[in-house]
Amino acid sequence: MIEAKNLKKWYGTNCAVNDVSFDVKKGEVLGFLGPNGAGKSTTMRMITGFLHLDGGSVRIGEHSIEDEPVAAKAMMGYLPENAPLYGDVSVEGFLGYIAKLRGLRGQDHKGAVAEAIETCSLESVRHKTIQTLSKGYRHRTCFAQSILHDPDVLIMDEPTDGLDPNQKYEMRNLIKRMGERKAIIISTHILEEVDAICTRVIVINNGELVADGLPSELRERSKIAGAVTMTIARQPFEKISQRLKDMTEVDKVVCLDQENGVCRVRAFPADDVDDLAGKLHGAVAQSGWALTELRTEQGRLDDVFREITSSEEGEEK
Amino acid sequence: MTAIRNIRAVTAKELYCYFASPVAYVFFIIFLMLMGFFTFMWGNFFEQGEATLSSFFIWHPWLYLFLVPAMAMRLWSEEQQTGTIELLFTLPIKPWHAIAGKYVAGSLFLGLALVLTFPMVISINILGNPDNGIVLTGYFGSFLTAAAFLAIGCLTSALTRNQVISFVIAVVICLLAILCGFPPVTDAVLDLEVAWININTLVDFIAGFSVVPHFQTMQRGVVDVRDVLYFLSVIVFSLFATGIVLRSKRSI
Ligand SMILES: Nc1ncnc2c1ncn2[C@@H]1O[C@H](COP(=O)(O)OP(=O)(O)OP(=O)(O)O)[C@@H](O)[C@H]1O
Ligand SMILES: [Mg+2]
Repeated sequence: MIEAKNLKKWYGTNCAVNDVSFDVKKGEVLGFLGPNGAGKSTTMRMITGFLHLDGGSVRIGEHSIEDEPVAAKAMMGYLPENAPLYGDVSVEGFLGYIAKLRGLRGQDHKGAVAEAIETCSLESVRHKTIQTLSKGYRHRTCFAQSILHDPDVLIMDEPTDGLDPNQKYEMRNLIKRMGERKAIIISTHILEEVDAICTRVIVINNGELVADGLPSELRERSKIAGAVTMTIARQPFEKISQRLKDMTEVDKVVCLDQENGVCRVRAFPADDVDDLAGKLHGAVAQSGWALTELRTEQGRLDDVFREITSSEEGEEK
Repeated sequence: MTAIRNIRAVTAKELYCYFASPVAYVFFIIFLMLMGFFTFMWGNFFEQGEATLSSFFIWHPWLYLFLVPAMAMRLWSEEQQTGTIELLFTLPIKPWHAIAGKYVAGSLFLGLALVLTFPMVISINILGNPDNGIVLTGYFGSFLTAAAFLAIGCLTSALTRNQVISFVIAVVICLLAILCGFPPVTDAVLDLEVAWININTLVDFIAGFSVVPHFQTMQRGVVDVRDVLYFLSVIVFSLFATGIVLRSKRSI
């Protein structure tokens, strides 16, 4: 549905986006990650046809955004960063206006506005002037605007920014549900969100694409992926460490914390070892220790994120 | 067809926004008050002893000089300031639909302000026996002057996201458009002795760019195609330039 090839954008002499390519199919939710100023919003602005491309190409469905902007834009819904809105009009008036410019008429127009208001739980503020709304409601109004015409492609820049926990939860479910029938791109700084809704992740740093894959693949890049965390009662760390290091499957053991005689340790597997947890469990049972926690780490996205994005920066300097 | 529908939607929304905020009411009140003040206090409306609106129309360009840029400054500056331009230009419409829609809304608004000066027409009809055809062409010329200034304001508001800067630039351009054909100024220039150039032709040429002479012929009851073309070309040029400016901003 979305096909971005070698996107390039210059701001003066500063290259904001450099050679970024990806595509998104129907049924995929692609997450954009990257530190502040990485170029996520700039990339989205190019895909939606707001900014002209300095290089590369974008296709939405069959349509090139450069050659057939109107047809391409008709297929897209866009939630810009910071949810810009017209302050002087009511929520309903605003949605009605956008729906009209989306080409919805008569019954379709009414239905679309009503449905968007319901989906985004805007009933209580539908007649209020947008200026007087709280940030979360404003964000939801702008979100409602992006799904009015039930587009095949949805581009959302930080869709859960400013929402309360309940609304965040609902928004994620909504995006996930819509993701089954649409091609969606979201950008976010909340890494749990990636786990919750994205089927694929892209990491952008300094305008360049530095990672592209499934969330699980990305997580596996983490140093602690595959390590086992255990909590053992009434044993000093030295003793535990001694015992575990004797095992050939264990590469190294670190102490996470030790308090009130309860010790949390993390054991890292040697190369090509799987089911370390099972083996450790056996060893612990043999020693007759009281095991209160045993868990294989999946790896954490924030570790991977920090690694990818800060090492790149370090190299440059 | 879609073009007309889109333009109409933008126009309706812009007009709604004028009247939803105090802008419209403040504008109307100030416009009508200043109009009355200038006409009666300085225009010798009563002393002239004839039933015409010439002492009324003569002030119009000067009032428009400040009032039109003041209402035009938000047209595009505000969209850029709040970022709603990002919404507008990712909708499936052509940029010129939005430009035309906003422009039409602004000119309807100015037209309405002019219509509200109808008591003037009524009073001269009571006081005397005016030629209402001349009154009508005068109104037509006044509207075209306002429309030309509006287009200039449109262009300057596309240039910057700062409404104050947009206002100041628009006032300067409109002032030049008045002054370069304003008799006291052109006379002063004619008095200068410049040997190396035919000053008369030069002044005439520059005065041709001014709104004043074009408006004046209409105040005398003459609607010349050349005058109408002059106003139309200012409008079309400015709106076209607005489109180019907005486009170039998206491809910096
Ligand atoms: N209008 C502009 N003029 C000049 N430079 C710009 C402009 N907009 C963005 N930039 C620059 O382009 C780079 C990328 O900005 P962008 O907004 O895409 O970052 P981002 O990844 O969305 O960051 P954030 O997480 O803070 O939203 C930044 O270095 C920014 O300073
Ligand atoms: Mg951003």
